[in-house]
This record gives sequence, C-alpha cells and structure tokens, in this order.
Amino acid sequence: MMPRWMAGSFSVCLLAALSWAVWSLPTAPKGLTAESLARLAESGVTNPVTAVLLNFRGYDTLLEVGVLLLAIVGVWSLRRADWPRTAGGDFTMLAPFLRVALPLLVLAAGYLLWIGAFAPGGAFQGGALLGGALVLAVLGGRGRHILNRRDLLAIGLVLGVLVFVVAAALSMLLSGGLLQFPSGQGGVWILVIESAALISIGLTLGLLYLGGRPSKGGLPRHD
Amino acid sequence: MALLILAPLTTAALAVVIPRRGRGLAFVTAVVVGAAVTGLFRELRDHGVRIHQVGGWGAPLGIDLRVDGLALLMLCVTAGIGIAVALYATRYFASNLNLGQNRPQEPKDEATHRDYYFWPIFLFLWTALNALFLSADIFNLYVTLELLGFAAVTLVALAGGPAALSAALRYLTVSLSASLFYLLGVGLVFGQCGTVDLPSLAAQRESGPALWVALGLMTGGLITKAALFPMHFWLPPAHANAPAPVSALLSALVVKGPFYILLRLWFEAFPTLLTPAVTQGFGVLGAGAILWGSIQALRQQRLKLLVAYSTVAQLGYLFLLLPLCSNSGGGGMAWSGALMLLGAHACAKAAMFLAAGNILHVTGHDRIQGLDGFARSLPMSAFAFGLAGLSLVGLPPSGGFAGKWLLLNAALTQGQWWWVAILLIGGLLAAAYVARVLTHAFTHLDGEATVRHALPRIMEWTPLGLALLAVLLGFASDGAARLLEVGAPALAQAAKGRMEP
Amino acid sequence: MTEIDHRVYLAASAIVFVIGFYSLLVQAHVLRRIMALNVMGSGVFLFLIALGSQTPGPVPDPVPRAMVLTGIVVSVCATGLALALADRVQDTTDRCEISEANRHTASSDRKSGIEAEHSEGSAS
Repeated sequence: MMPRWMAGSFSVCLLAALSWAVWSLPTAPKGLTAESLARLAESGVTNPVTAVLLNFRGYDTLLEVGVLLLAIVGVWSLRRADWPRTAGGDFTMLAPFLRVALPLLVLAAGYLLWIGAFAPGGAFQGGALLGGALVLAVLGGRGRHILNRRDLLAIGLVLGVLVFVVAAALSMLLSGGLLQFPSGQGGVWILVIESAALISIGLTLGLLYLGGRPSKGGLPRHD
Repeated sequence: MALLILAPLTTAALAVVIPRRGRGLAFVTAVVVGAAVTGLFRELRDHGVRIHQVGGWGAPLGIDLRVDGLALLMLCVTAGIGIAVALYATRYFASNLNLGQNRPQEPKDEATHRDYYFWPIFLFLWTALNALFLSADIFNLYVTLELLGFAAVTLVALAGGPAALSAALRYLTVSLSASLFYLLGVGLVFGQCGTVDLPSLAAQRESGPALWVALGLMTGGLITKAALFPMHFWLPPAHANAPAPVSALLSALVVKGPFYILLRLWFEAFPTLLTPAVTQGFGVLGAGAILWGSIQALRQQRLKLLVAYSTVAQLGYLFLLLPLCSNSGGGGMAWSGALMLLGAHACAKAAMFLAAGNILHVTGHDRIQGLDGFARSLPMSAFAFGLAGLSLVGLPPSGGFAGKWLLLNAALTQGQWWWVAILLIGGLLAAAYVARVLTHAFTHLDGEATVRHALPRIMEWTPLGLALLAVLLGFASDGAARLLEVGAPALAQAAKGRMEP
Repeated sequence: MTEIDHRVYLAASAIVFVIGFYSLLVQAHVLRRIMALNVMGSGVFLFLIALGSQTPGPVPDPVPRAMVLTGIVVSVCATGLALALADRVQDTTDRCEISEANRHTASSDRKSGIEAEHSEGSAS
C-alpha cells in the first residue's frame, strides 16, 4: 500500500501520458481489417472474429486454452472445493426450473458454437454459457456425484488442449505448417477444435466457481 | 521448432490426467526438447535464422515463430536448467517422505500432493518459456507471459506455509498488473502501427507520442516482471520461500523471459527510439540493482534470501547491456558479454538455490549464523555453492568472468568509465556475500557433523554439475558469441551506426 | 462512429485503466486489489474495442476483438486463481497465529524455517 498523495500523483501522470498517447493516435488506424477480410474465404469460416481466433491467430488460442487448464490446475493445487451451502437443500422452485433450464443452456451453448462460424458466437461464448449452466447446477445441488469424480473431470478439462495439440501436430504432418489446415477443410478442423475447447472451457469456468479440487474419489486419491 | 511447444504442452496436459506419471512425462519432455534444441542448433548453423509461419498465413495477419542466435541461446539455457531441475526434483519431491527424526513428520498426503501438482505446472512453465523465446509477435508474447506468470506463482504457492503463500499472492498481483501495462502498450502499438509483428514494426520505423507511451507502458510492465531495481520488491520473498527446485527455476529462467522481450522490443522493433537518455536510464537502474541487491544480500540473515537478493543484483548486470550496446564500437562485445552473463547466472544461481535447498533439507533451517561447518556434512553442496559463487563474483575462468570481461572491455572501448566502476564494485560486493556464506561453511569443521539423514545422490550431484557448467561456460564464450551473431539485431544496428556516422 | 465518439471511448478507456491502477496502489484488502485489477483489465479491453471500431468500412477490425476475447479469458482465469490464493492465504495466516507462537520453540519446522525476515519489501 502506498500513501494516497503518491498514488494520486502517479495516477495523474499516467493519465496525462495516456491521454496524450490516445489523442495522437491516427484517426483512421491501419489495423488488419483489410487483410483479414481479404483472406476470410480461405479460413473456412465467414465470421471474421472466429477466423482470427481459430485460424489466423489460432496459435494464440492454443496457448490460451493452455492458460485455462493451468489456471484450474493451479486452483486445484491450492484448495479444496467449497460446496455452496445451498447445495442439497430443498428447492421447490429451483428444481423444476433447472430441469428445463439446464438442457436449454447446453443446447444454447452448442448453438453458439455452431453459429460462431457465420455470426457472433463461438467456443468461448458457448463455453461461458456452459460454465454458467454448471454453476446453476452446483447451486441447485445437482451433479455432485459427477463433480466429485476428479479423474473424469480431468479428462474433460484437458480435452481442449489435447485435441488442439493433436490438430496442430496432424496439420503439421499433412501440410508442413503448424495449425496450417489443408485447404478447403478449415471449417471442419475449426469445428472439431472448438467443440473440444467448448467442453473444456465450460468445465473450467464452472469448476473455477467451486474454487478448489473436488474432494472425493478419482485421481489423485490422496485427500 | 513446433515440437518445443507441442511436446511440453502435451505432457503437461497428460500429467494433469495421470499425475502419478508426471515424472516419466517430464523425462519424455526433456528428451524431446533436448533433441529438438540440438536439431535447431544444426539448422541455424547451416541455414541462418529460421522462421515458421503458424497456420501458413505469415505476419502481420498470422503469427510467426522465429529462431535466431539469441532465441536459440535462451532455448538452450532453458533446456539445460529445465533438465537439471527436473532431475533434482524427482528426488526432492519424493524425499520429503523421510524427514529427520526431530522434525514434525510431514503428512505423506501433502508430499504426494506437491509431487502430483509440481510436474504438470513445471511442464506448463517449460511450455511458456519455449513459446516466449520463439515468438515474434508482441500480442502472442503477452499470452506467453501470462502462462509463465501463472505457472511461476502456482509453483511458489506449492511450498504451502504462510510466508510462501503471501509471497505468491503478492507475486500474482504484481505480475498481473504488469501484464496489463504490457497489454495496454501492445494496444497502443497496434493503434499506431496496425500490426503486432516484431519485424513489421521494425520495418515501419514509426515514432510519435503514442509509441513513446506504449514503450513506456510495456517497459514498465516488463521491468516489474524482470524485477529490475526498484521494481524488485516482490522477488526476494517469492524466490526465497518457494521449494528449492522452484526457486532455481524462477531465478535462473523466469525473470529472464521479460528481459528477453525488452531486448526484442528496444533493439529489434524500435531501435530508433533507443536514445542515449533511454539507455543511460536503463544503465542507472541496472547499477542501482547491482549496488542495492548486493548490499541487501550482505545484510540477510537467511541463506535463501541472500541468494534471492543476489539475483536482484545479477539482473542489474544484464541491463548494463543497453548503455554499452547501443554505441558503435564494442557493441557486439557488450551483447555477447551480457548474454554470457545471463547463461552463467542461470547455471550458477540454479546451483546455489539447489545447494541451499540441500542445506535446508539436511539442517532443517537456513539461518546463515547457524550454518557453521556445513561443508563437513554436505561437502558437495558446499563445493557447488563455492563454484557458483566463483562465477557470480566473476573470477576466471568462469562464465561470469568471461561475461564481465566483455562488458568491461566494451565500457573501456567506449570511454564509459562509470560502468567500469559499477562492474568492479559489484564484483567486490558479490565476493563479500559469497565469502560470508563460505566462511561459515568451512569453519568449525571439527564440530559434530549434523547429518540427520543422507541426501539422495542426485540432489548432491545436480547443483555440483550446474556449478561446474557455470565455471566451464567461460571456455565456451567464443562459440556462444558466434551463435549470437546469427540474426543479432544489436549487431545489425551497430553496423548501421558505423556505416552512417 | 464519428471521430469525436472514437476519441471519447479511447479517453474513457484511459480513465478506467487509471482508476483501476489508483485503487490497486491504495487499497490494502486483497479482494479490492483483485477488483482493481479487473477494472484495469476492463480499461484495456475497452481501449482495444474502441480501436477496432474505428476502421473505415462497415466491418470493425476483427483482430483487436479477438485479442479482447483472449484477454477476457486470461483475466477470468487470473481472477479465479487470485481468489483461490487469497482465500488460502487467509486460511493459513489464521492458522498461523497459533503456529507463530510455536515458531520460536520449534524453529526447525521446514516451512516456517524460511519465513521471510527480509529487511525490506514487506512494507507494501
């Protein structure tokens, strides 16, 4: 912690510098719009953001899926899961709602994944919905027997990374370049990678909410 | 090239699913990465700089991976330290099971827990470092920095215990805010130049307020992550409280990552902005780090904190590269000198932390006052500590000597005598703090040997091997200098400076 | 978007970032610091989004948008990790009040043996 006057003067200096910089930025930035749109057709999808995320800069996303996995492994290494106190309670309203909402949410996540190829959406958006569904399920005391199976969860968590890595290695064998999908097949490759990523992202986000490793069963059996 | 990233990432993911096979997976990774680095070395020698366009798009739309002499040197250092630390850790995390009699027995679960989580996170750390050194894209570098930071923090927290956990938490907050500064800088660069690819940025040769501020933000973030004085405050507690193999990794490798990005940014992407005021500024911070870090190291009561402050000081030498390299004449010398120091420090510091880990393990504490005669109970560790100290002080024939010698020569050639003074004072201070430990090691040898239980042999040999490597690196300086010339941005700049005086 | 709008968004992003930075410096509580980091992150993301929206033509630049998506995911992970770590620190230091007293008698304990008694740095 720092005295307020010192922090204040640092912040004012920073703000002045940032404003100066922002003001001097070109009003018509060069950007990469033209390049990305020009080569959109080769990417296998028509949504430019998905094209950037999964194809043009797919390597970033590969590492990012790694970051997600590392984060949940880190959280697991730190703590045991906290089950919300509401879990296992009697939910006269919530239980019927969840019966309808959970399948709908999963369906919506899948839809977002699919639509991501043409319109706003994709694995991260779908994953966020899936994660939300998982949080709802946890709050409603559902699925606890599955969420305690650490071995199953681990497989789900690493699925995104493993499929992505296998795709990267395969593409290298087929076309000589890391993540260089054979021409014309980009869409299929992206869909496969994104589907695996969707599951891992959803699981990771949901399990981050639990804030620790599930405490019983599965590997490693040392609790 | 791609194997260097795919192999550790795959094994890291597998180690999450089958934690009891973590050790074996790390072994596989070590073999694959070692082979890949050797292969790259051959390619580089025969064909010069290697570029791999990920996805086949090519920069600026796609991301390029690139290996030049500097990147290869960093990859070699990472592979070497990574393999050594992995060897040490195979026993370290297992040997917690047979602690001395008069110490509270650590629950077996806890040791297993650490063993199970160390390996996947260690492999993630390796992935992050390899990816960092290969990347030629400043946004991609941000992702690698985050991967590196998360892995480093989690490994520190693995030690458990209040001190380590608080240190890890502070490390995480500092590291995250530094990353955000860096990311905002990347955004500004993108707004100004429309690209985040290093060579494309270099080709544009733009300048302007936005780039100055962007570089300021990125540099601020990176020196915080690299623990350059005065942003080093988070380093000593984090490095001193981590488990021994983790301390070795952090001091030897992790802080070098952001330093590497700084070199790329200033020398490669924006060499035109590298004015004398900037380079002298870096030099002043470096000098501050050398003096402050060494003095603090002298004042510490605990061995691991002493070694951690020594890291603060040694990082300062690396930043002397900037004032000494941007002038023509002797620039190349400073370049290879600083990077030789980097390699030598990596080996020496890893050796020191591993040796300190042995001392802590056997004596149960690391208070310097209470270490009398540990050379008797741990002769190999004491010897390793001494050899590593030789390199830190900069005595011939060590790698530290070769590096400092080149830096000194560069400073003398350019008439920048004040850096000569700093280099010499830094050496003397280092000699003082190393001697402080060694006098304790070799006094009262007649006392009762305090061996509570034997150390696994590999834990004795690894630090010794690393320390020997640090000393022998001095003989490899010619080869390393030739390697560094492959695509060296600073050399190109020095040549340009000579051409248009 | 007009040029003025664009500038307003960019300036706003700078302000949001600095607000986060200020809180990070002055707040002591871990939870507030984590929130400050998130505010800083939002500033960066707003900046990138504003940057991408200013290109000529109907389609905004997809590259900064993809960067923001990456950044958000990283920031969610960071928050999760930081919260877990903060909670663990709180747990351990609570328990530590007891072991703190023990430390002087049983100083050979592996973990507390290296507790940082460093002369600087603990101030912040």
